[in-house]
Amino acid sequence: MSRLLNVSAAPHAHSNETTKKLMYGVVIALVPALLTSIYFFGYGALIVTSVSVASCLLFEFLIQKFLLKKPLSINDGSALVTGLLLAMNVPSNLPIFIIVIGALFSIGIAKMSFGGLGNNPFNPALAGRVFLLISFPAQMTTWPQPLGFATKYVDALTGETPLGAMQRGALDALPSTNDLLLGHIGGSMGEVGAIALLVGFAYMLIRKIISWHIPVSIIGTIAIFTGILWKIDPSQYADPLFHILSGGVLLGAIFMATDYVTSPMNHKAMIIYGIGIGLLTVVIRIWGAYPEGVSFAILIMNAFVPLMNRYIKIKPFGEEVKNG
Amino acid sequence: MKSFPAGGVHPPQNKLTAGHGIEKLPIPSSVVIPVSQHIGAPAEIIVQKGDIVKTGQLIAQSKGFVSTNIHSSVSGKISKIDTVIDPQGFKQPAVYIDVEGDEWLPSINRDTGIDSNVVLTADEIINRCQEAGLVGMGGASFPIHVKLKIPEGKKCDVLLINGAECEPYLTNDHRMMLEYGEEIIIGVSIMMKALKVDKAMIGIESNKPDAIEHLKKISSRFLGITVHALKVKYPQGAEKQLIKSLINREVPLGRLPIDVNTVVQNISTAYAVYEAVQKNKPLFERVVTVTGKSVKNPGNYMVRIGTSIQNLIDAAGGLPEDTGKIVVGGPMMGKALKNLSAPVVKGTSGIVLFQEIESNRVEESPCIRCGKCVSACALKLEPYLMARLVEKGLYERAEEEGVANCCECASCHYICPAGRPLLDYLRLGKQTVLRMARERAAKKQAI
Repeated sequence: MSRLLNVSAAPHAHSNETTKKLMYGVVIALVPALLTSIYFFGYGALIVTSVSVASCLLFEFLIQKFLLKKPLSINDGSALVTGLLLAMNVPSNLPIFIIVIGALFSIGIAKMSFGGLGNNPFNPALAGRVFLLISFPAQMTTWPQPLGFATKYVDALTGETPLGAMQRGALDALPSTNDLLLGHIGGSMGEVGAIALLVGFAYMLIRKIISWHIPVSIIGTIAIFTGILWKIDPSQYADPLFHILSGGVLLGAIFMATDYVTSPMNHKAMIIYGIGIGLLTVVIRIWGAYPEGVSFAILIMNAFVPLMNRYIKIKPFGEEVKNG
Repeated sequence: MKSFPAGGVHPPQNKLTAGHGIEKLPIPSSVVIPVSQHIGAPAEIIVQKGDIVKTGQLIAQSKGFVSTNIHSSVSGKISKIDTVIDPQGFKQPAVYIDVEGDEWLPSINRDTGIDSNVVLTADEIINRCQEAGLVGMGGASFPIHVKLKIPEGKKCDVLLINGAECEPYLTNDHRMMLEYGEEIIIGVSIMMKALKVDKAMIGIESNKPDAIEHLKKISSRFLGITVHALKVKYPQGAEKQLIKSLINREVPLGRLPIDVNTVVQNISTAYAVYEAVQKNKPLFERVVTVTGKSVKNPGNYMVRIGTSIQNLIDAAGGLPEDTGKIVVGGPMMGKALKNLSAPVVKGTSGIVLFQEIESNRVEESPCIRCGKCVSACALKLEPYLMARLVEKGLYERAEEEGVANCCECASCHYICPAGRPLLDYLRLGKQTVLRMARERAAKKQAI
């Protein structure tokens, strides 16, 4: 026989799932939230998103090409996701140079310096966000009012976030649940519009891009913890629904904490990780200096992931005999 | 519907030949019969060049308890005794026979009428299975008589019959159930007698409703045999998973089904038992699925052992122009074949011809730690970690993580979005760790 045959070890079939497809799946899941933020914040949201995505892609390209001299992988979608998530985590009137610095930190420091995709211990977009929050506290906490395309990119009318209001103790000035659900509130681009984020969550669950374990354990923990506090003293503490729908809880729980690389591998560890994020978030929000704690909570728990992967194990099949 | 709880994947089923009835493949002009078609010691050849043999005649005698007899699958003259490369890729001694006619041993009852009256005693049944060279037909080819003989101090309370056929493409068991249902159920009752159990459960994946229906109807006439639909999920037909699905028992790590009081046999094995016990027919033919998306006449063929795979492919319309890989067995656990002259052996369940475009592995990229392999592992191990440890040569750590327990079902490798060759690493790790364990044991003994 003249033809050459492939001879390789089993299996001879593959699911056709690829990193690229998963990453673009996340991008699709982010579209509703992106549209919502454009609807509420107008051109600013478009500018911030485009700059963030473009600079993340560019930095990854430059670093791979000239510093690491490795094969290019910018079309695997991971830098695109980082760019989108970074944009989602900042105010829509953030000056361009700050976004570029954030992208450089996210891609250059948090991702590529650890070896690129798959090796970074911290969520790149969150690392970028927290870097900016510490470096540019004023710009990072000036929130444009959600006036749609009337919202100006420069010199926008600004307001406060629901959590900001809570922080200064103005519990009666909090927005209604309806506004929280639809996104008619101040905040980072991705913090507005709970429904849009939940649509993305549903999509990722159906496509099996992520499992329910991390988001549900984060949200559940926050609900229980803040619920207890609220029961104790409703005049001092906001209700659990407000805590869940405001700030970065949904964005963090659905899109940031579930980042493959920086979250645990098995379901048991995922739930513990989620509970940790939930607890830290509430502690920071209620007793910390910052009004919002999701980013810090996720980054802190990211640091525990290698340990969790090492020591939190699921019981292998057949290890404990359960006959019945 | 019954299933195992953790892990598993859903590869496209591609059961192209489910509707193709079993066809008898014409006897080829020559056959090559290897002496080691089973797990255990190779059989010892007892014939010589020039001998005339009949169909069903013993040509190689089993050596020891874990070994089986090998019989001639044709009548004719032994042309030589030489070596052959078997479908698994191993070179081993084999008997070459030039076919002349088809004269069966007179002791074989060739009447096709159903004989449901089992007269042999338990011990006689086991002896007959041993004489007839029966092995598990599902692929692992473990000698049947060893499994039917319950070791001292153990007991068996239920016999499980594997009709899951969870490998994509393969339909040989499916067709056997449809066309030889009666014989299979009698075979099951024979094995129940040998094991002295009064209960047998047949598990069939729900993508074969006709087979479930058919066997249900027949088994209703037999005491203690029940048929159960199983969820379509790979590896439903893996021994440990099947036991979990059917009777909710977990075989402890490193142990055998008998340790949870059960024995698992395959559907086609039940048929072979029927033939051996009721018709005194040794195992010298079996059904092989020949399939693939480009195959002209895919089908299920009743083939004499020793027929070359080339013959089978010719019967199915020849090798398609776009063939890129030939796999013996199913796509998940089968072996890629190097040469088409390899003979069909007792454990050959199917030949799958993959198109060129299907036959290349996907491109490999870095692990993104998505955890899909952990969720897919039917044994709840952590493939990504074991593979990484093996990759770095950290075999002790890989051993701690349980790499030796891997059943090689390939679910992790199948699901990996980064296209990492996980199973390659796991196999390497498993072999190395098992070797290390043997060396440790030997050292201990030496001291």
